[in-house]
Amino acid sequence: MNFKGRDIVSIRDFTKEEIIHILNVAEKMFPIAKGEEKSELLHGYIMASLFFEPSTRTRLSFEAAMKRLGGSVIGFAQPGTTSVMKGETLADTIRTAESYCDVIVMRHPMEGSARMAAEFASVPIINGGDGAGHHPTQCLLDLFTIRKEIGSIEGKKIALVGDLKYGRTVHSLAYALALFKAEMIFIAPEQLQMPKEVVDECMKLGVEPEIANDITNIEDIDVLYVTRIQKERFPDPEEYNKVAGSYRIDMNLLKNAKDELIVMHPLPRVDEISPEVDKTKHAAYFRQTFNGVPVRMALLALVLGVVK
Amino acid sequence: MKELKVQPIKDGTVIDHITPGNALKVLKILGIKEGANSVISIAMNVAGKRGRKDIVKIENRELDSKEVDKIALIAPDATINIIRDYEVVEKHRVSIPDEIVGIVRCPNPNCITNSREPIKSKFVVVSRKPLKIRCYYCGREPDMEKIESMIE
Ligand SMILES: Nc1ncnc2c1ncn2[C@@H]1O[C@H](COP(=O)(O)OP(=O)(O)OP(=O)(O)O)[C@@H](O)[C@H]1O
Ligand SMILES: [Mg+2]
Ligand SMILES: [Zn+2]
Repeated sequence: MNFKGRDIVSIRDFTKEEIIHILNVAEKMFPIAKGEEKSELLHGYIMASLFFEPSTRTRLSFEAAMKRLGGSVIGFAQPGTTSVMKGETLADTIRTAESYCDVIVMRHPMEGSARMAAEFASVPIINGGDGAGHHPTQCLLDLFTIRKEIGSIEGKKIALVGDLKYGRTVHSLAYALALFKAEMIFIAPEQLQMPKEVVDECMKLGVEPEIANDITNIEDIDVLYVTRIQKERFPDPEEYNKVAGSYRIDMNLLKNAKDELIVMHPLPRVDEISPEVDKTKHAAYFRQTFNGVPVRMALLALVLGVVK
Repeated sequence: MKELKVQPIKDGTVIDHITPGNALKVLKILGIKEGANSVISIAMNVAGKRGRKDIVKIENRELDSKEVDKIALIAPDATINIIRDYEVVEKHRVSIPDEIVGIVRCPNPNCITNSREPIKSKFVVVSRKPLKIRCYYCGREPDMEKIESMIE
């Protein structure tokens, strides 16, 4: 398998075997990500980190990943200080940046921006989120987390909870979980349910998701993947409070859960998960956030051709 | 005997087997408006061997392949017949290319193709029957009922 020079734009660009390979490489990076082992694997390489939109976790974990592997980082965290503000096109910004680096990580508010950047750049582009579009590294770190926490993805019962309609990261995740033959339950209020195309896509991959409005049968669930329900989606604040309240994960809900059940969340959370859950071993969300580092290390090493 | 639903023309193009009801959209896509030089005739809902169809006849103009591709989006069964001296000298079944470049504007306002970037719109054909296309950049699948209004 050769990843050298490849762009990471969408999870759909990768086969199941390729995804497994990325997760395996990430597993090897784990002690380095923890700081328990030192590495100079990417010594002499430069990563440009171009964030046209704010981000905490994605940007910091990419920078940490590069530095943990002995590489260097250039870039910006918001376009305010660059010639983008003077009206420079993304195409020109990419052509400039690529002459200073070996790999580009970018986040941009417009959908398809990473795909376009990949056409202009000769160095690999890693998509750190393109508007409401793709966020493949989030998807990979989610898969990595499930595998690491409960041993496998295939056959596990994974509930995606909250706003399943908007935001395509949860759509990509459903696709990837279907690729891995997970059992899925889509739990959301009617107006925020998973779009039909996504359900159809899962069916094509041989997985028939269950559709539900409430979290029930908690004792059967292996993973509760919680997403944020945004206030803006509801014209009536009363309605929002009612809906958001009914999806809140707390100790009462978890009292009949299996010991191994994990709660995941891409973060930031608002009040989808009660803080009392944080202390339990169900709370996988902070470990999930950390897992962004080994996964992004694996991607950097693979696209730079330093790891095969 | 030739089956002639419209008056014969000496030179030009006959677009036959247009999806019934779409003849006017075909003209719109071709950018043919009132005041154009060519004489144009339209027949709608004509009974043909394979069911009903629309026909457009354009005098003194031979369509080029890019124009043909545009038509394929709304009239996938159309044939383009080039007429010279009253005879059909060329016949093409329109075919939707695997990629549709620079023809359809992406309906997603937040798509990178709708910004000032130096790129053309690009759609890939997901299915041919029924026709479904997907924006190569943002992944959006436009509503094919509204495709007419999305032609650039
Ligand atoms: N000189 C002409 N002027 C106007 N229309 C013409 C002329 N010659 C042919 N046509 C029309 O062009 C179309 C194609 O003509 P053709 O003779 O190839 O018919 P066909 O054998 O029925 O073809 P098809 O199988 O594509 O329907 C028909 O709709 C016909 O009426
Ligand atoms: Mg005929
Ligand atoms: Zn688009």
